[in-house]
Amino acid sequence: MRQYILRRLLIAVPSLLGISLVLFTVLALAPGDPFAELVTNPNVPPEVAAALRTKFGLDDPVSVRYLRWLAAMAQGDWGFSFVSRMNVDTLILQRLPTTLYVIGSAQVLALLIAIPVGVFAATRPYSIFDQIANTLAFIGFSLPTFFTGLLFILVFSITLDWLPFVYTTDIKATGIRWVIEHVRQAIMPVMVLGLFQAASMTRFVRSAMLDVIRLDYVTTARAKGLGQSRVIVKHAMRNAMIPVVTLVALQMPAVFGGAIVTEQIFRIPGIGSLLISSILSNDTPVVMAVTFVFACLVVLFNLIADILYGWLDPRISFR
Amino acid sequence: MAPLLEIKGLKTHFATDDGMLRAVDGVDITLNKGETLCVVGESGCGKTVTAMSILKLIAMPPGRIVQGQILFEGRDLVPLSSHELDDIRAKDIGFIFQEPMTSLNPVLSVGEQVAESLRRHEGLSNKDALARTVEMFKLVQIPNAEARVHDYPHQFSGGMRQRVMIAMALACKPKLVIADEPTTALDVTIQAQILDLLQDMKERFGMAVMLITHAMGVVAETAQRVVVMYAGKVVEEADVDSLFESPRHPYTQGLIRSIPRIDLAAAHKTRLEAIGGSVPILINPAPGCRFAPRCRYAFGRCAEQEPVLREVAPGHRMACHLEDVRGETA
Repeated sequence: MRQYILRRLLIAVPSLLGISLVLFTVLALAPGDPFAELVTNPNVPPEVAAALRTKFGLDDPVSVRYLRWLAAMAQGDWGFSFVSRMNVDTLILQRLPTTLYVIGSAQVLALLIAIPVGVFAATRPYSIFDQIANTLAFIGFSLPTFFTGLLFILVFSITLDWLPFVYTTDIKATGIRWVIEHVRQAIMPVMVLGLFQAASMTRFVRSAMLDVIRLDYVTTARAKGLGQSRVIVKHAMRNAMIPVVTLVALQMPAVFGGAIVTEQIFRIPGIGSLLISSILSNDTPVVMAVTFVFACLVVLFNLIADILYGWLDPRISFR
Repeated sequence: MAPLLEIKGLKTHFATDDGMLRAVDGVDITLNKGETLCVVGESGCGKTVTAMSILKLIAMPPGRIVQGQILFEGRDLVPLSSHELDDIRAKDIGFIFQEPMTSLNPVLSVGEQVAESLRRHEGLSNKDALARTVEMFKLVQIPNAEARVHDYPHQFSGGMRQRVMIAMALACKPKLVIADEPTTALDVTIQAQILDLLQDMKERFGMAVMLITHAMGVVAETAQRVVVMYAGKVVEEADVDSLFESPRHPYTQGLIRSIPRIDLAAAHKTRLEAIGGSVPILINPAPGCRFAPRCRYAFGRCAEQEPVLREVAPGHRMACHLEDVRGETA
């Protein structure tokens, strides 16, 4: 098992290298340049700008710059943000916990809704409950998060004034008040992201369960007189969860993408809004580092999914 | 002596897009304590649905028991809820399914799959249930039982999986075991072993066996009494000797003629006889005898009037108009 995880991590190294190469090349080819402002600024003489470019190696070929970035990265030097005047790693470490907190809670919420609702709907296909669940799920994944986000703000913040609509990391309170405020401001973004995820996951859980429920071994389990709930939970659900794990893992990039949008709406100072603002200000080192962190997270979630497979399905051995 | 199981006028129908499918349409079967009864017939004749109806293991909906009684030790099972039936399932009536490859849960160890029913019905602890499972595995001759209870189904061959299924069905020492084509999915050599094992177990535990099959060879080897089904109905019922010696119904005769015989094939170079045509679709069946379109003796009355099952000799019942004609001309 330990050996398997180690090997999977080693396999992840070349794929991360590939991802970073592509990212770097695309960013190098993209228009915009951290020194664009210097060039248009009349107070900076052109030869100073040119000297700065040479000093930072911006005129070198892409391949040389990539290798230089890689070498620095390997030594733990993630670069320096032109805009914030801070080291990129400090900047990311400031932002990442907020993003993980919001996305993590949203995923947990989505699973807490999707699994029971999907399983229950599958045990009573075409019942009233199933029809209602299906309709709500359909509405849920038809509405984009930027729309539901604005709708939530309009209803819960502006009309009802129950929840704050701007997310802040420095809450001026201590003890239990601090915890409550943190939870309160996270409710809307977590709901928006979580419900959107839950909608498609519910449909998926339902169809995975429907596939399993008519299989022979479920009939065998019923013939043993174990009772409906035991048959469903012990015999059907465990098998149905195998494809669900795949879906959740494969959706992780989309979840991070969705989080970028949601972070913009609720002004969450997370890694997604950092990415957007640094793209807009041509802060290349930050863009590079953030996208690379996203890539690492996606690789990590795929690894977790593979380990879960082995735990759920004894036919898969860690070889 | 009161029979162990008495099925009276059972009708199990399935709702389909094209109308009501009458899979089982008025079946009477009686099974005595300690008896081996074979139910034979082609695929799609309603054998499996009849068996599954006993413990309500058919999908409901679309399936529904429309009419009839299923008396087990005098108690009617039809009005019972699935929850109430749970106390009878595995405890009093064990089930062996056709496909050992798909009938075991791939993600649970085989030992657990046997032990869970012991815990449920006998109230055994984890440890005792496992010990009993090992004991059952030894009885059904799974080698190295102590270690193999912890293995998963994919680590077993088809024959070994069917042994696990038998151990599972017998674990709670039921009074009746229903085996739905237990050997159909297996190699010929393994088939004989599994049938022998079933016979052994039956003698050891003294239970009754309802064996569903379409192989007449299996019937001849194992049955005491035989029920022949065609298109959702019982067409003939007799003890095994009189059925093979003097089959009365043209369908039964056809089934027996279609058994390959090496001696005849070699001597006469004859082609194997088959029953022409196929099982009718059971949505809005035509009036009259359901076998008439395929019957070589069919005459006027067959298409109009449905023959009823009645006694033609002691312990021999069948449903065909030919018997009346024979009676009238004799």
